[in-house]
Amino acid sequence: MSIPAPAVLAPRARLFPALAAVYLAQLSRARVARIPLLFVATFQSVGIMVLMRGVVDGGSEARAVVAGSSVLVVAFVALNLLAQYFGQLRASGGLDHYATLPVPPAAVVLGAAGAYASFTVPGTLVTAVFGCLLFGLPMGGLWVLAAVVPLAGAALAGLGAALGLLAPRQELATLAGQLGMSAALLLGVLPPERMPEPVVWARDLLPSTYGVEAFAHTFAPHPDWAVVAADLAVCAAVGVASLALATWAYRRAAVR
Amino acid sequence: MSTGTAQAGHAAEHGDRTPGAGGGAPVPVVCTVTGLVKTYPALRGGRGTPALPEVRATDGISLEIRRGEIFGLLGPNGAGKSTLVRQLTGLMRPDEGAVELLGHDLVRHPERAARLLAYLGQESTALDELTVALAAETTGRLRGLDARSARAERDAVLDELGLTGIAGRPLRKLSGGQRRLACFAAALVGERPLLVLDEPTTGMDPVARRAVWNAVDRRRAERGTTVVLVTHNVIEAETVLDRVAVVDRGKVIACDTPAGLKAQVADEVRLELVWREAPPLHLPEVAALRADVTESGRRWVLRTGPDAARAAVAAVTGGPAFAALDDFTLATPSLEDVYLALGGRTKGLVKT
Repeated sequence: MSIPAPAVLAPRARLFPALAAVYLAQLSRARVARIPLLFVATFQSVGIMVLMRGVVDGGSEARAVVAGSSVLVVAFVALNLLAQYFGQLRASGGLDHYATLPVPPAAVVLGAAGAYASFTVPGTLVTAVFGCLLFGLPMGGLWVLAAVVPLAGAALAGLGAALGLLAPRQELATLAGQLGMSAALLLGVLPPERMPEPVVWARDLLPSTYGVEAFAHTFAPHPDWAVVAADLAVCAAVGVASLALATWAYRRAAVR
Repeated sequence: MSTGTAQAGHAAEHGDRTPGAGGGAPVPVVCTVTGLVKTYPALRGGRGTPALPEVRATDGISLEIRRGEIFGLLGPNGAGKSTLVRQLTGLMRPDEGAVELLGHDLVRHPERAARLLAYLGQESTALDELTVALAAETTGRLRGLDARSARAERDAVLDELGLTGIAGRPLRKLSGGQRRLACFAAALVGERPLLVLDEPTTGMDPVARRAVWNAVDRRRAERGTTVVLVTHNVIEAETVLDRVAVVDRGKVIACDTPAGLKAQVADEVRLELVWREAPPLHLPEVAALRADVTESGRRWVLRTGPDAARAAVAAVTGGPAFAALDDFTLATPSLEDVYLALGGRTKGLVKT
């Protein structure tokens, strides 16, 4: 009664088409779900800069505040919201949908992370321009955001996805995302010169720090591009590692 | 009470409706499940959560599913149906046992399940914020279709299910039944030889239900598609299933055609009495019946032989008890009666 030869398997979805499909589907959610949150993220960063304007006069501290506030938008969306999204998807059984499709785990994680990182672009730009005007910084180096947003976005989105997928409960995923964002806020926005030594170490461990540093350097009259490139390289390396971690976490969460 | 395994060889005796079953040719088996066991470990209690003992969600389940049939898993919530389905779809690795689907060992290669079957789960959260059209198209692309075929299949399936009019609306904004139908559409894009549907028609109106069963029948007739259907709805089970495995407490307690299962309790009928208020127990004919009935509020259900049922009807309708009677029905056995006769727990099956 049994079948003599195994049936032909349907083809797998290939990595890049699947990644593109997940990315486009996630991006379409922006219209309905993400725009209000993006406003919140932007207003939060703008508000922080206005507050810091009373404390900070200019110089390297002003650069750190503007760079930190801009990257904070990325942290809010890519880390916090993505951790919540994956936490919710895992808790509600929504991962079953992807796990029963022949799609590479990396495509789901990278597609979602890429879409969330893309949501942050307008908010980051608005924050950076507003900060430059507020503190009188040159805008000639803003083009570096084209590298900072995707690289810091990858690092933070990977971290956010991993937190969301590894947290044993949905509430813990939300909490971890919020804590990660708070860390990015406190350690990224406040100028490092005034921090005690252990806090500086914690700052060095946070992936977004290198995005902040790279961006802050470009406000200098004569930016040291080698330092900028080195910071971005660290961001990229952390991005690869955190996305790999997220992919592993996805596999683990999808098949129990 | 339970045999633990179900032998799937009885169907032919009871008139198998499986396409291709005629002429005595054996219908090929597409899926063989042998001795599946999955035990959830005991949970320690915490604040507000009581401790739970170890649970055997599937306890030695064996089944054979044949090509082109609609095979049902019927049982109340918590019977182990969903655990069994998760093991069939490669979402969960069993502790013991084997699952062979179309010649592939799914316990050893769970990732192959996604290339052999399409699964409609109970949750739609992955698709909720997409439009109906994008949900279907994206699912098709992730099922390995190229962009053009995904769009073509999306259009065909939405048209087939009558969803074209709401193709541009996000699933989240739809009613429960429409959302379910949209998820069903996504499951159909990118053809698979086996469809695993977990309570597909929950919340659907009759029109949507008909669309689902028409779509399933068309795929069976044209491509020999096999369907595994999880349900706790007795009426649906009786009308659409070719064969059904009755699942209770992690075991298959019976497996046969609906007609074959009902034949097991053919010597019984079901008498339901609904009293206007409290049953008139002071009447001896009513008091005598009480020993054998299952009471739920004002409703009494009596499962007994046809002669005894006739006598009971005569007793309650012919005398003073009739004044206290609101309604009564006498019916041939349903799958629920089979379930109960086989030792299943009461409650939990839906009859609408």
